[in-house]
Amino acid sequence: MSALARLTATETRLFFREPTIVFFTLAFPPILLVILGLVPAFREPDENGIRMIGLYVPIIIVMSVALFALTSLSQLLATYRDKGVLRRMRTTPVKPRVLLGAQLVMSTVMSVATMLVVLAIGRLAFDVSLPRQLPAYLVAYVLVAVSMFAIGLLVASLAPTGRSASAIGTLLFFPLAFFAGLWVPRATMNDLLRTISDFTPLGAGVQSLQDATAGHGPQLLHLAVMLGWAIVAGGLAARYFRWG
Amino acid sequence: MAIIEVDDLVKRYGDHTALSGVSFAVEEGEIFGILGPNGAGKTTTVECVEGLRTPDGGAVRVCGIDPQRDTGELRHLLGAQLQESELPDRLTVREAMELYSSFYRDRADWRELVDRLNLTGTLGTQFRRLSGGQQQRLSIALALIGNPRVAVLDELTTGLDPQARRDTWDLIEGIRDRGVTIVLVTHFMEEAERLCDRLAVIDSGRLVALDSPAGLVARVDDRQRVRFRPSAPLDHAVLTALPEVTSVERAGSQLVVTGTGDLLLAVTTVLARHQVVAAGLRVEQTSLDDAFVALTGRPLDT
Repeated sequence: MSALARLTATETRLFFREPTIVFFTLAFPPILLVILGLVPAFREPDENGIRMIGLYVPIIIVMSVALFALTSLSQLLATYRDKGVLRRMRTTPVKPRVLLGAQLVMSTVMSVATMLVVLAIGRLAFDVSLPRQLPAYLVAYVLVAVSMFAIGLLVASLAPTGRSASAIGTLLFFPLAFFAGLWVPRATMNDLLRTISDFTPLGAGVQSLQDATAGHGPQLLHLAVMLGWAIVAGGLAARYFRWG
Repeated sequence: MAIIEVDDLVKRYGDHTALSGVSFAVEEGEIFGILGPNGAGKTTTVECVEGLRTPDGGAVRVCGIDPQRDTGELRHLLGAQLQESELPDRLTVREAMELYSSFYRDRADWRELVDRLNLTGTLGTQFRRLSGGQQQRLSIALALIGNPRVAVLDELTTGLDPQARRDTWDLIEGIRDRGVTIVLVTHFMEEAERLCDRLAVIDSGRLVALDSPAGLVARVDDRQRVRFRPSAPLDHAVLTALPEVTSVERAGSQLVVTGTGDLLLAVTTVLARHQVVAAGLRVEQTSLDDAFVALTGRPLDT
C-alpha cells in the first residue's frame, strides 16, 4: 500500500474517533434535510411551482462541503502543525504534503458520500428530482469543493493553533452558509443580497447545482467566482502554509 | 571515519546569529552529546544536521550526504526525535508503529522495538492517554523504526521523573550497542556525564569545547581534594613534602589535602607509614558542572 493510501486509511480511522466532527459533517446534513422535509409547507409548490425542499437540497450539499473544509480539514491541519505532527513527518521519508493529500482525499470522499445520501433522501423521501445535467452538476460540485478546501487550507495556514482555526472556521461558516441561502434561499433574497451571494463560493455553487439540476448549464459568472476563490485562497494558502 | 561532519556552520535568524562557525565531527558508533544552556544553539545545530533548517554558511555531511541536497536519502539514514513533537491524540501506539514503519524501505521489527521500549502493554492505547514517559519512549521508537544509522535525540529526558530518566539512559546505551550512532542534545549535566563518549559544549552559538566528559574536567582543572579525619596528630610537613600535594589545610577536625596526579595513593601511603588511620576519607574531584562554569562563565542549571 502506498504512503498516501495508508495515511488516508489512518486519517479516516482517526476522523471516526471524533464524534462531534462526525456528527456535524456526516449526520447533520441529512438530518437537516429530513427535518425541513417534515414541514408540510416546504413540500408544497408555490405559485411558480417551486418547492422549498427542492431549493434546500443543493444548499445542504454545499453546506456539508463547507463543514468539512472549515471544521474538519482546517482544524486538523492547524492542530497537526501546532503539535509538531507535521514536523515529525518531515523527519521521515514521507513528506508532510502526503498527509495533506490524505486529508484532502478523505474530505472529498466523505463529502461526496454525504452528497449522494442527501440526493438519495431528497429523491426517495421528498420526490426532489435528481440532476438532469449530470456533467454540469459534477463540474459545479468539484468547483465548490476545490474552492472551499482552498479556503479551509488558508484558514489552517493563518491560524496559529487548532483552536483558533476552529474559531475562524466557525466565524466564516455562518456568512458563507447565509449567502448559500441556508436561512433565506437565494430565490427569496432581495437583489442586493443575491448579488453578494453570486460572488461568494457557496452562493455561486448553490446556483450552479440548481441550474444543473433543472437541466441548464451553469452560468459563467458562477464558475468564474468559484474558480477565482479557489485560485486566490489556494495561492495564499500555498504562500503562507508552514509545516512547523 | 566520521559519520557526521559539521564544518563552520553559520545560522542567522534575522539580526540574531544563532550559530557562528560551529565545527565538529561525530564518529561512527559513539554517543555524542551536545551540551549547553537554553538558547545556546543546540537545537539549531541538530536541525541543520537533520536537514530541517538551511544553514547560512558552512557545510554539513551525514554519511557523506548533504542534508539539503539529498534530503530524501537522509530520511532513510537518520532517525530524529524532536523536542515537543506529539502525535494525533487518538492514534494508538500500534497504529503509530504500523504507519511510521510503512514509510521506510529498511524496517525494524516494530514489535521487538515496542518490546524493548517497554510499550507492549500500551499497543491499544491512544497517544493522549499515554504518560509522559510512554510518549517519550514511543517517540524514540519512531526515531528508530527505519533502522537508521544515526539517531538524533533532542532533550530526550526533559519532563521525565528521575526513574524514567535513568530507564531512558539504559535504553540509549542499548541502542548504541546495536551500532547506531547517537547524537544527544541535552542540558542535563548528569545525563551528559553518564552517557556521552564525547561532548560538544555550545554557548551563544559557538563551540567552546569538544572532548570526553573526563577530558573536559581535566582540561579545566585536574586538582583533587582529599578530606579525612586523622586518628592521630600529624605533622603537615609530612604531607607537603609529597610532590603530588600543593596545600594542606585544617578544617575543624578534618584535614583537607589539595593536589594533583595520584594524590590519593600518595596520601594514603604516607599515612600508613606513620600509622595514622584516615577516618571519613573522601576524594573530591572537579565535576563536569565545575568544568562547564569554567568554560562558559556561568552554571548550566538556570
